Amino acid sequence: MPSDLELIFQGSNLGRLLGGLWVSVWIALVSMGASVVLGLPFGVVMTSKNRLVKLLCRCYLEFVRIMPQLVLLFLVFFDLTKVAGLNLSGEFAAVVVFTIWGTAEMGDLVRGSITSIPRHQFETARALGMSPAQVQRHVILPLAVRQLLPQTVNLTTRMIKTTSLVVLIGVVEVLKVAQQIIDANRFQYPSAALWIYGVVFFLYFIVCFPISWLSRRLEARWQIS
Amino acid sequence: MQRRTFLTALGAFATATTLAACGGSTQSGSSGASSAVGLRTVDEIKSAGTIIIGVFSDKSPFGYVDSSGDYAGYDIEYGNRIAQDLGVEVKYVPVEAASRVEFLQTGKVDLILANFTVTPERAEKVDFANPYMKVSLGVVAKQDLAITKVEDLADKKVIVVKGTTAETYFEDNHPEVKLQKYDQYTEATNALADGRGDAWATDNTEALAWAPNNPGFTVGITSLGAVDTIAGAVRKGNTTLLEWLNEELVELGNEQFFHAAYDKTLRLVYGDAVPADELVVEGGVVA
Repeated sequence: MPSDLELIFQGSNLGRLLGGLWVSVWIALVSMGASVVLGLPFGVVMTSKNRLVKLLCRCYLEFVRIMPQLVLLFLVFFDLTKVAGLNLSGEFAAVVVFTIWGTAEMGDLVRGSITSIPRHQFETARALGMSPAQVQRHVILPLAVRQLLPQTVNLTTRMIKTTSLVVLIGVVEVLKVAQQIIDANRFQYPSAALWIYGVVFFLYFIVCFPISWLSRRLEARWQIS
Repeated sequence: MQRRTFLTALGAFATATTLAACGGSTQSGSSGASSAVGLRTVDEIKSAGTIIIGVFSDKSPFGYVDSSGDYAGYDIEYGNRIAQDLGVEVKYVPVEAASRVEFLQTGKVDLILANFTVTPERAEKVDFANPYMKVSLGVVAKQDLAITKVEDLADKKVIVVKGTTAETYFEDNHPEVKLQKYDQYTEATNALADGRGDAWATDNTEALAWAPNNPGFTVGITSLGAVDTIAGAVRKGNTTLLEWLNEELVELGNEQFFHAAYDKTLRLVYGDAVPADELVVEGGVVA
Protein backbone atom coordinates (compact mmCIF):
# COMPACT_ATOMS: atom_id res chain seq x y z
CA MET A 1 0.00 0.00 0.00
CA PRO A 2 2.20 2.85 -1.21
CA SER A 3 -0.53 5.30 -0.18
CA ASP A 4 0.77 4.92 3.38
CA LEU A 5 3.94 6.67 2.29
CA GLU A 6 1.95 9.89 1.82
CA LEU A 7 1.78 10.04 5.62
CA ILE A 8 5.38 11.28 5.57
CA PHE A 9 4.35 14.43 3.72
CA GLN A 10 1.26 15.13 5.85
CA GLY A 11 1.39 18.19 8.10
CA SER A 12 4.89 18.78 9.39
CA ASN A 13 5.76 15.07 9.64
CA LEU A 14 8.81 15.20 7.38
CA GLY A 15 10.16 18.28 9.14
CA ARG A 16 9.64 16.58 12.50
CA LEU A 17 11.53 13.48 11.33
CA LEU A 18 14.42 15.61 10.10
CA GLY A 19 14.35 17.59 13.36
CA GLY A 20 14.55 14.29 15.25
CA LEU A 21 17.45 13.19 13.06
CA TRP A 22 19.26 16.42 13.88
CA VAL A 23 18.84 15.72 17.62
CA SER A 24 20.38 12.25 17.16
CA VAL A 25 23.26 13.51 15.05
CA TRP A 26 23.93 16.52 17.27
CA ILE A 27 24.17 14.40 20.43
CA ALA A 28 26.38 11.82 18.70
CA LEU A 29 28.76 14.31 17.07
CA VAL A 30 29.20 16.57 20.10
CA SER A 31 29.83 13.49 22.28
CA MET A 32 32.20 12.04 19.72
CA GLY A 33 34.15 15.31 19.48
CA ALA A 34 34.55 15.40 23.26
CA SER A 35 35.42 11.68 23.30
CA VAL A 36 38.25 12.18 20.81
CA VAL A 37 39.65 15.13 22.76
CA LEU A 38 39.51 13.23 26.07
CA GLY A 39 40.15 9.77 24.65
CA LEU A 40 43.52 10.58 23.04
CA PRO A 41 45.23 11.55 26.31
CA PHE A 42 43.36 8.78 28.13
CA GLY A 43 44.73 6.25 25.66
CA VAL A 44 48.27 7.54 26.23
CA VAL A 45 47.72 7.20 29.98
CA MET A 46 46.51 3.64 29.47
CA THR A 47 49.88 2.66 28.02
CA SER A 48 51.51 3.66 31.32
CA LYS A 49 53.72 1.09 33.05
CA ASN A 50 52.50 2.23 36.49
CA ARG A 51 50.36 -0.56 37.93
CA LEU A 52 48.03 1.73 39.90
CA VAL A 53 47.38 3.91 36.85
CA LYS A 54 46.76 0.79 34.77
CA LEU A 55 44.35 -0.57 37.35
CA LEU A 56 42.36 2.69 37.53
CA CYS A 57 42.13 2.89 33.73
CA ARG A 58 41.04 -0.72 33.56
CA CYS A 59 38.34 -0.14 36.21
CA TYR A 60 36.95 2.84 34.32
CA LEU A 61 36.92 1.01 30.98
CA GLU A 62 35.32 -2.14 32.38
CA PHE A 63 32.77 -0.15 34.37
CA VAL A 64 31.60 1.68 31.26
CA ARG A 65 31.62 -1.47 29.12
CA ILE A 66 29.69 -3.60 31.59
CA MET A 67 27.16 -0.91 32.49
CA PRO A 68 24.44 -0.66 29.81
CA GLN A 69 24.24 2.84 28.34
CA LEU A 70 20.62 3.02 29.44
CA VAL A 71 21.61 2.59 33.08
CA LEU A 72 24.24 5.31 32.69
CA LEU A 73 21.60 7.62 31.21
CA PHE A 74 19.30 7.02 34.18
CA LEU A 75 22.17 7.55 36.63
CA VAL A 76 23.17 10.89 35.15
CA PHE A 77 19.69 12.19 34.37
CA PHE A 78 17.71 11.06 37.43
CA ASP A 79 20.11 10.06 40.19
CA LEU A 80 22.37 13.07 39.84
CA THR A 81 19.29 15.20 40.50
CA LYS A 82 18.24 13.11 43.49
CA VAL A 83 21.65 13.04 45.12
CA ALA A 84 23.39 16.22 44.10
CA GLY A 85 20.37 18.32 43.15
CA LEU A 86 22.01 18.78 39.76
CA ASN A 87 19.21 19.13 37.23
CA LEU A 88 20.67 18.46 33.78
CA SER A 89 18.56 18.77 30.64
CA GLY A 90 17.96 15.52 28.77
CA GLU A 91 20.22 16.52 25.89
CA PHE A 92 23.07 17.53 28.17
CA ALA A 93 22.77 14.35 30.23
CA ALA A 94 22.90 12.36 27.00
CA VAL A 95 26.06 14.15 25.87
CA VAL A 96 27.68 13.52 29.27
CA VAL A 97 26.86 9.79 29.14
CA PHE A 98 27.95 9.31 25.55
CA THR A 99 31.17 11.19 26.30
CA ILE A 100 31.91 8.97 29.32
CA TRP A 101 31.30 5.93 27.12
CA GLY A 102 33.12 7.33 24.07
CA THR A 103 36.19 8.40 26.07
CA ALA A 104 36.59 4.89 27.47
CA GLU A 105 36.19 3.22 24.08
CA MET A 106 38.34 5.82 22.32
CA GLY A 107 41.07 5.45 24.96
CA ASP A 108 41.14 1.71 24.45
CA LEU A 109 41.40 2.17 20.69
CA VAL A 110 44.29 4.64 21.14
CA ARG A 111 46.01 2.26 23.55
CA GLY A 112 45.64 -0.56 21.03
CA SER A 113 47.07 1.51 18.19
CA ILE A 114 50.04 2.72 20.22
CA THR A 115 51.01 -0.71 21.52
CA SER A 116 50.73 -2.17 18.05
CA ILE A 117 53.38 0.23 16.72
CA PRO A 118 56.64 -1.74 16.30
CA ARG A 119 59.25 -1.11 18.98
CA HIS A 120 61.86 -0.05 16.48
CA GLN A 121 59.90 3.10 15.72
CA PHE A 122 60.45 4.30 19.30
CA GLU A 123 64.06 3.24 19.29
CA THR A 124 64.92 4.82 15.94
CA ALA A 125 63.33 8.11 16.92
CA ARG A 126 65.16 8.09 20.27
CA ALA A 127 68.44 7.30 18.51
CA LEU A 128 67.89 10.36 16.32
CA GLY A 129 67.92 12.44 19.51
CA MET A 130 64.19 13.10 19.99
CA SER A 131 62.89 13.47 23.52
CA PRO A 132 60.20 10.96 24.60
CA ALA A 133 57.58 13.71 24.26
CA GLN A 134 58.78 14.51 20.74
CA VAL A 135 58.61 10.82 19.88
CA GLN A 136 54.99 10.74 21.01
CA ARG A 137 54.07 13.90 19.16
CA HIS A 138 55.91 13.40 15.87
CA VAL A 139 56.16 9.63 15.46
CA ILE A 140 53.81 7.60 17.59
CA LEU A 141 50.60 9.66 17.43
CA PRO A 142 50.72 10.23 13.63
CA LEU A 143 51.21 6.49 13.12
CA ALA A 144 48.52 5.65 15.65
CA VAL A 145 46.00 8.08 14.16
CA ARG A 146 46.08 6.33 10.79
CA GLN A 147 45.22 3.04 12.41
CA LEU A 148 42.62 4.73 14.58
CA LEU A 149 40.54 6.26 11.84
CA PRO A 150 38.44 3.26 10.74
CA GLN A 151 37.73 2.28 14.34
CA THR A 152 36.80 5.83 15.29
CA VAL A 153 34.35 6.00 12.40
CA ASN A 154 32.91 2.71 13.54
CA LEU A 155 32.45 4.12 17.05
CA THR A 156 30.79 7.26 15.63
CA THR A 157 28.19 5.32 13.67
CA ARG A 158 27.57 3.09 16.71
CA MET A 159 27.02 6.23 18.75
CA ILE A 160 24.55 7.68 16.26
CA LYS A 161 22.52 4.48 16.42
CA THR A 162 22.69 4.25 20.22
CA THR A 163 21.14 7.73 20.55
CA SER A 164 17.76 6.01 20.14
CA LEU A 165 17.97 5.28 23.90
CA VAL A 166 17.74 8.95 24.90
CA VAL A 167 13.97 8.88 24.49
CA LEU A 168 13.80 7.24 27.93
CA ILE A 169 15.05 10.47 29.48
CA GLY A 170 12.52 12.53 27.56
CA VAL A 171 14.57 13.54 24.51
CA VAL A 172 12.63 13.06 21.30
CA GLU A 173 14.92 11.84 18.52
CA VAL A 174 14.25 10.45 15.06
CA LEU A 175 13.05 6.98 16.10
CA LYS A 176 10.62 8.42 18.66
CA VAL A 177 9.20 10.84 16.11
CA ALA A 178 8.65 7.84 13.82
CA GLN A 179 6.80 5.97 16.58
CA GLN A 180 4.71 9.04 17.32
CA ILE A 181 3.70 9.33 13.67
CA ILE A 182 2.87 5.62 13.42
CA ASP A 183 0.83 5.67 16.61
CA ALA A 184 -1.07 8.88 15.90
CA ASN A 185 -2.25 7.34 12.60
CA ARG A 186 -2.68 3.70 13.58
CA PHE A 187 -6.40 3.73 12.91
CA GLN A 188 -6.36 5.50 9.52
CA TYR A 189 -3.07 3.97 8.28
CA PRO A 190 -2.69 0.60 10.02
CA SER A 191 0.24 -0.55 7.88
CA ALA A 192 2.19 2.70 7.91
CA ALA A 193 4.82 1.26 10.29
CA LEU A 194 6.74 -0.45 7.49
CA TRP A 195 6.96 2.73 5.44
CA ILE A 196 7.85 5.05 8.27
CA TYR A 197 10.53 2.69 9.58
CA GLY A 198 11.80 2.42 6.00
CA VAL A 199 12.22 6.19 5.90
CA VAL A 200 14.03 6.11 9.27
CA PHE A 201 16.36 3.41 7.92
CA PHE A 202 17.08 5.65 4.95
CA LEU A 203 17.73 8.67 7.19
CA TYR A 204 20.22 6.74 9.35
CA PHE A 205 21.85 5.52 6.15
CA ILE A 206 22.31 8.98 4.62
CA VAL A 207 23.97 10.12 7.83
CA CYS A 208 26.23 7.13 8.43
CA PHE A 209 27.21 6.37 4.84
CA PRO A 210 29.05 9.66 4.07
CA ILE A 211 31.02 9.26 7.29
CA SER A 212 32.13 5.77 6.30
CA TRP A 213 32.86 6.92 2.76
CA LEU A 214 35.03 9.82 3.94
CA SER A 215 37.00 7.52 6.21
CA ARG A 216 37.68 5.11 3.36
CA ARG A 217 38.90 8.00 1.20
CA LEU A 218 41.24 9.21 3.95
CA GLU A 219 42.48 5.71 4.64
CA ALA A 220 43.40 5.24 1.00
CA ARG A 221 45.11 8.61 0.90
CA TRP A 222 47.13 8.01 4.05
CA GLN A 223 48.22 4.54 3.01
CA ILE A 224 51.94 4.16 3.56
CA SER A 225 53.24 2.96 0.25
CA MET B 1 59.15 14.30 29.34
CA GLN B 2 57.00 17.27 30.34
CA ARG B 3 54.41 16.69 27.67
CA ARG B 4 54.02 13.05 28.60
CA THR B 5 53.55 13.97 32.24
CA PHE B 6 50.98 16.59 31.33
CA LEU B 7 49.01 14.15 29.20
CA THR B 8 49.14 11.56 31.97
CA ALA B 9 47.86 14.08 34.48
CA LEU B 10 45.10 15.27 32.18
CA GLY B 11 43.94 11.74 31.45
CA ALA B 12 44.11 10.73 35.08
CA PHE B 13 42.06 13.78 36.04
CA ALA B 14 39.37 13.05 33.46
CA THR B 15 39.24 9.43 34.60
CA ALA B 16 39.07 10.33 38.25
CA THR B 17 36.27 12.87 37.83
CA THR B 18 34.12 10.61 35.69
CA LEU B 19 34.65 7.69 38.05
CA ALA B 20 33.81 9.88 41.00
CA ALA B 21 30.67 11.15 39.29
CA CYS B 22 29.48 7.64 38.44
CA GLY B 23 30.53 6.13 41.74
CA GLY B 24 28.62 8.77 43.64
CA SER B 25 25.43 8.27 41.76
CA THR B 26 25.55 4.46 41.88
CA GLN B 27 24.90 4.45 45.59
CA SER B 28 21.86 6.62 45.19
CA GLY B 29 19.68 4.06 43.42
CA SER B 30 18.35 2.67 46.66
CA SER B 31 17.88 5.87 48.62
CA GLY B 32 14.10 6.14 48.59
CA ALA B 33 13.03 9.04 50.74
CA SER B 34 14.69 12.06 49.21
CA SER B 35 14.39 15.67 50.25
CA ALA B 36 11.96 17.96 48.52
CA VAL B 37 14.42 19.32 45.97
CA GLY B 38 12.55 20.62 42.97
CA LEU B 39 9.06 20.20 44.41
CA ARG B 40 6.92 23.09 43.21
CA THR B 41 3.82 24.22 45.07
CA VAL B 42 0.79 25.66 43.30
CA ASP B 43 1.96 29.20 44.10
CA GLU B 44 5.42 28.50 42.74
CA ILE B 45 3.97 27.08 39.53
CA LYS B 46 1.74 30.14 39.18
CA SER B 47 4.57 32.58 39.67
CA ALA B 48 6.82 30.61 37.30
CA GLY B 49 4.04 30.86 34.71
CA THR B 50 4.46 27.30 33.38
CA ILE B 51 3.36 23.88 34.55
CA ILE B 52 5.40 20.92 33.35
CA ILE B 53 3.32 17.82 32.67
CA GLY B 54 4.65 14.39 31.72
CA VAL B 55 2.49 12.67 29.11
CA PHE B 56 2.69 9.81 26.62
CA SER B 57 3.60 10.91 23.13
CA ASP B 58 2.73 7.66 21.33
CA LYS B 59 -0.36 6.22 23.00
CA SER B 60 -3.20 7.32 20.79
CA PRO B 61 -5.95 8.24 21.65
CA PHE B 62 -4.82 9.09 25.23
CA GLY B 63 -1.63 11.01 24.58
CA TYR B 64 -0.03 11.41 21.17
CA VAL B 65 1.49 13.96 18.82
CA ASP B 66 -0.56 14.92 15.77
CA SER B 67 0.88 15.60 12.33
CA SER B 68 1.39 19.29 13.09
CA GLY B 69 3.63 18.27 15.98
CA ASP B 70 1.12 19.25 18.69
CA TYR B 71 0.19 17.07 21.66
CA ALA B 72 -3.36 15.72 21.55
CA GLY B 73 -5.59 13.12 23.21
CA TYR B 74 -7.77 12.53 26.25
CA ASP B 75 -4.97 13.11 28.79
CA ILE B 76 -3.91 16.26 26.94
CA GLU B 77 -7.44 17.73 27.05
CA TYR B 78 -7.23 17.42 30.84
CA GLY B 79 -3.69 18.87 30.94
CA ASN B 80 -4.66 21.88 28.82
CA ARG B 81 -7.62 22.57 31.10
CA ILE B 82 -5.46 22.37 34.23
CA ALA B 83 -3.03 24.91 32.78
CA GLN B 84 -5.89 27.16 31.70
CA ASP B 85 -7.49 27.14 35.17
CA LEU B 86 -4.13 27.72 36.88
CA GLY B 87 -3.59 30.60 34.48
CA VAL B 88 -0.24 29.31 33.27
CA GLU B 89 1.35 27.97 30.10
CA VAL B 90 1.75 24.22 29.75
CA LYS B 91 4.92 22.40 28.80
CA TYR B 92 4.56 18.72 27.91
CA VAL B 93 7.42 16.32 28.45
CA PRO B 94 7.22 12.94 26.71
CA VAL B 95 7.60 10.05 29.19
CA GLU B 96 7.74 6.28 28.83
CA ALA B 97 5.80 3.87 31.03
CA ALA B 98 9.02 2.77 32.72
CA SER B 99 10.26 6.24 33.65
CA ARG B 100 7.05 7.93 34.86
CA VAL B 101 7.82 7.57 38.58
CA GLU B 102 11.41 8.79 38.15
CA PHE B 103 10.33 11.97 36.37
CA LEU B 104 8.11 12.85 39.33
CA GLN B 105 10.58 11.87 42.04
CA THR B 106 13.28 14.10 40.57
CA GLY B 107 10.91 17.04 40.15
CA LYS B 108 11.53 17.13 36.40
CA VAL B 109 7.77 17.30 35.92
CA ASP B 110 5.09 18.71 38.26
CA LEU B 111 2.39 16.29 37.23
CA ILE B 112 2.06 13.01 35.33
CA LEU B 113 -0.98 12.52 33.11
CA ALA B 114 0.24 9.47 31.22
CA ASN B 115 -2.66 7.03 31.55
CA PHE B 116 -1.24 6.20 34.97
CA THR B 117 -3.12 3.29 36.58
CA VAL B 118 -3.40 3.60 40.35
CA THR B 119 -1.74 0.67 42.16
CA PRO B 120 -0.70 0.28 45.82
CA GLU B 121 3.01 -0.12 44.83
CA ARG B 122 2.98 3.12 42.86
CA ALA B 123 1.08 4.94 45.61
CA GLU B 124 4.09 4.37 47.88
CA LYS B 125 6.28 6.38 45.55
CA VAL B 126 3.97 9.11 44.23
CA ASP B 127 0.76 10.81 45.37
CA PHE B 128 -2.25 10.09 43.19
CA ALA B 129 -5.01 12.66 42.77
CA ASN B 130 -8.61 11.45 42.42
CA PRO B 131 -9.24 9.51 39.20
CA TYR B 132 -10.46 10.82 35.86
CA MET B 133 -10.85 7.48 34.09
CA LYS B 134 -11.39 3.82 34.86
CA VAL B 135 -10.49 0.59 33.12
CA SER B 136 -11.48 -3.01 33.63
CA LEU B 137 -11.52 -6.12 31.46
CA GLY B 138 -13.51 -6.41 28.27
CA VAL B 139 -14.39 -9.39 26.09
CA VAL B 140 -14.43 -9.28 22.29
CA ALA B 141 -16.41 -12.05 20.64
CA LYS B 142 -17.85 -13.02 17.29
CA GLN B 143 -21.04 -11.09 16.78
CA ASP B 144 -23.20 -14.18 16.13
CA LEU B 145 -22.29 -15.80 19.47
CA ALA B 146 -24.25 -13.02 21.21
CA ILE B 147 -22.10 -13.02 24.34
CA THR B 148 -23.21 -10.40 26.84
CA LYS B 149 -22.24 -11.80 30.25
CA VAL B 150 -19.47 -13.94 31.67
CA GLU B 151 -21.80 -16.98 32.05
CA ASP B 152 -22.13 -17.11 28.26
CA LEU B 153 -18.44 -18.02 28.08
CA ALA B 154 -18.87 -21.29 30.01
CA ASP B 155 -17.99 -23.76 27.23
CA LYS B 156 -16.28 -21.31 24.88
CA LYS B 157 -12.59 -21.07 24.01
CA VAL B 158 -11.39 -17.75 25.41
CA ILE B 159 -8.13 -16.20 24.23
CA VAL B 160 -5.89 -14.36 26.70
CA VAL B 161 -2.40 -12.93 26.56
CA LYS B 162 -0.03 -14.44 29.14
CA GLY B 163 0.78 -12.28 32.14
CA THR B 164 -2.20 -9.96 31.76
CA THR B 165 -4.90 -9.27 34.32
CA ALA B 166 -7.33 -11.12 32.05
CA GLU B 167 -5.43 -14.39 32.53
CA THR B 168 -5.37 -14.06 36.32
CA TYR B 169 -9.02 -13.02 36.47
CA PHE B 170 -10.33 -16.07 34.63
CA GLU B 171 -8.03 -18.53 36.40
CA ASP B 172 -9.07 -17.24 39.82
CA ASN B 173 -12.77 -16.59 39.26
CA HIS B 174 -13.96 -18.69 36.34
CA PRO B 175 -11.98 -21.95 36.14
CA GLU B 176 -14.80 -23.43 34.01
CA VAL B 177 -13.79 -21.24 31.06
CA LYS B 178 -11.32 -22.87 28.64
CA LEU B 179 -8.36 -20.50 28.15
CA GLN B 180 -6.13 -20.30 25.10
CA LYS B 181 -2.93 -18.48 26.01
CA TYR B 182 -0.66 -16.52 23.68
CA ASP B 183 2.54 -14.56 24.23
CA GLN B 184 1.78 -11.50 22.16
CA TYR B 185 -1.15 -9.28 21.35
CA THR B 186 -0.77 -9.85 17.61
CA GLU B 187 -0.91 -13.63 18.09
CA ALA B 188 -4.05 -13.25 20.18
CA THR B 189 -5.83 -11.06 17.64
CA ASN B 190 -4.82 -13.37 14.79
CA ALA B 191 -6.16 -16.38 16.68
CA LEU B 192 -9.45 -14.58 17.25
CA ALA B 193 -9.71 -13.42 13.64
CA ASP B 194 -9.08 -16.88 12.13
CA GLY B 195 -11.48 -18.63 14.51
CA ARG B 196 -9.11 -20.64 16.72
CA GLY B 197 -10.85 -19.07 19.70
CA ASP B 198 -14.39 -17.78 20.26
CA ALA B 199 -13.63 -14.70 22.33
CA TRP B 200 -10.71 -12.57 23.50
CA ALA B 201 -10.45 -11.14 27.03
CA THR B 202 -8.21 -8.09 27.49
CA ASP B 203 -8.24 -4.52 28.86
CA ASN B 204 -11.55 -2.96 27.84
CA THR B 205 -9.83 0.04 26.24
CA GLU B 206 -7.90 -2.40 24.03
CA ALA B 207 -11.03 -4.39 23.21
CA LEU B 208 -13.05 -1.28 22.41
CA ALA B 209 -10.42 0.03 20.03
CA TRP B 210 -9.96 -3.29 18.23
CA ALA B 211 -13.55 -4.39 17.59
CA PRO B 212 -14.79 -1.46 15.44
CA ASN B 213 -11.96 -2.06 12.95
CA ASN B 214 -12.77 -5.75 12.62
CA PRO B 215 -16.17 -6.50 11.08
CA GLY B 216 -18.02 -9.45 12.54
CA PHE B 217 -16.68 -8.85 16.03
CA THR B 218 -18.17 -6.93 18.89
CA VAL B 219 -17.28 -6.12 22.48
CA GLY B 220 -19.87 -8.37 24.16
CA ILE B 221 -18.80 -7.52 27.70
CA THR B 222 -17.49 -4.00 28.19
CA SER B 223 -16.53 -4.18 31.87
CA LEU B 224 -15.60 -7.25 33.85
CA GLY B 225 -13.60 -7.91 36.98
CA ALA B 226 -12.02 -5.34 39.26
CA VAL B 227 -12.10 -1.71 38.18
CA ASP B 228 -8.74 0.03 38.01
CA THR B 229 -8.65 3.78 38.08
CA ILE B 230 -6.44 6.16 36.15
CA ALA B 231 -5.38 9.38 37.83
CA GLY B 232 -2.97 12.24 37.70
CA ALA B 233 0.06 11.85 39.96
CA VAL B 234 2.23 14.42 41.72
CA ARG B 235 5.47 14.12 43.60
CA LYS B 236 5.09 12.60 47.07
CA GLY B 237 4.38 15.39 49.55
CA ASN B 238 3.19 17.99 47.04
CA THR B 239 -0.05 18.51 48.98
CA THR B 240 -0.92 21.95 47.60
CA LEU B 241 -0.97 20.69 44.02
CA LEU B 242 -2.78 17.50 45.05
CA GLU B 243 -5.52 19.43 46.83
CA TRP B 244 -5.84 21.89 43.97
CA LEU B 245 -6.25 19.00 41.52
CA ASN B 246 -8.95 17.32 43.61
CA GLU B 247 -10.92 20.56 43.95
CA GLU B 248 -10.54 21.16 40.24
CA LEU B 249 -11.94 17.68 39.51
CA VAL B 250 -15.11 18.49 41.47
CA GLU B 251 -15.62 21.68 39.46
CA LEU B 252 -14.94 19.88 36.19
CA GLY B 253 -17.47 17.25 37.23
CA ASN B 254 -20.17 19.91 37.50
CA GLU B 255 -19.75 20.77 33.86
CA GLN B 256 -19.25 17.13 32.76
CA PHE B 257 -15.82 18.07 31.39
CA PHE B 258 -14.57 14.51 30.85
CA HIS B 259 -17.64 13.56 28.84
CA ALA B 260 -16.79 16.41 26.50
CA ALA B 261 -13.15 15.30 26.40
CA TYR B 262 -14.34 11.76 25.65
CA ASP B 263 -16.47 12.99 22.75
CA LYS B 264 -13.57 14.95 21.35
CA THR B 265 -10.95 12.19 21.53
CA LEU B 266 -11.99 8.67 22.49
CA ARG B 267 -15.36 8.49 20.71
CA LEU B 268 -13.59 8.81 17.35
CA VAL B 269 -11.91 5.50 18.10
CA TYR B 270 -14.49 3.60 20.14
CA GLY B 271 -17.52 4.64 18.17
CA ASP B 272 -21.00 5.03 19.57
CA ALA B 273 -21.40 1.41 20.70
CA VAL B 274 -19.77 2.20 24.03
CA PRO B 275 -21.39 4.40 26.63
CA ALA B 276 -18.87 7.01 27.80
CA ASP B 277 -19.70 6.12 31.41
CA GLU B 278 -17.87 2.79 30.98
CA LEU B 279 -14.56 4.71 30.91
CA VAL B 280 -15.08 8.25 32.13
CA VAL B 281 -14.96 9.28 35.78
CA GLU B 282 -16.48 12.67 36.67
CA GLY B 283 -15.77 14.66 39.82
CA GLY B 284 -12.99 12.30 40.89
CA VAL B 285 -15.47 9.75 42.21
CA VAL B 286 -16.00 6.31 40.67
CA ALA B 287 -19.76 5.78 40.46
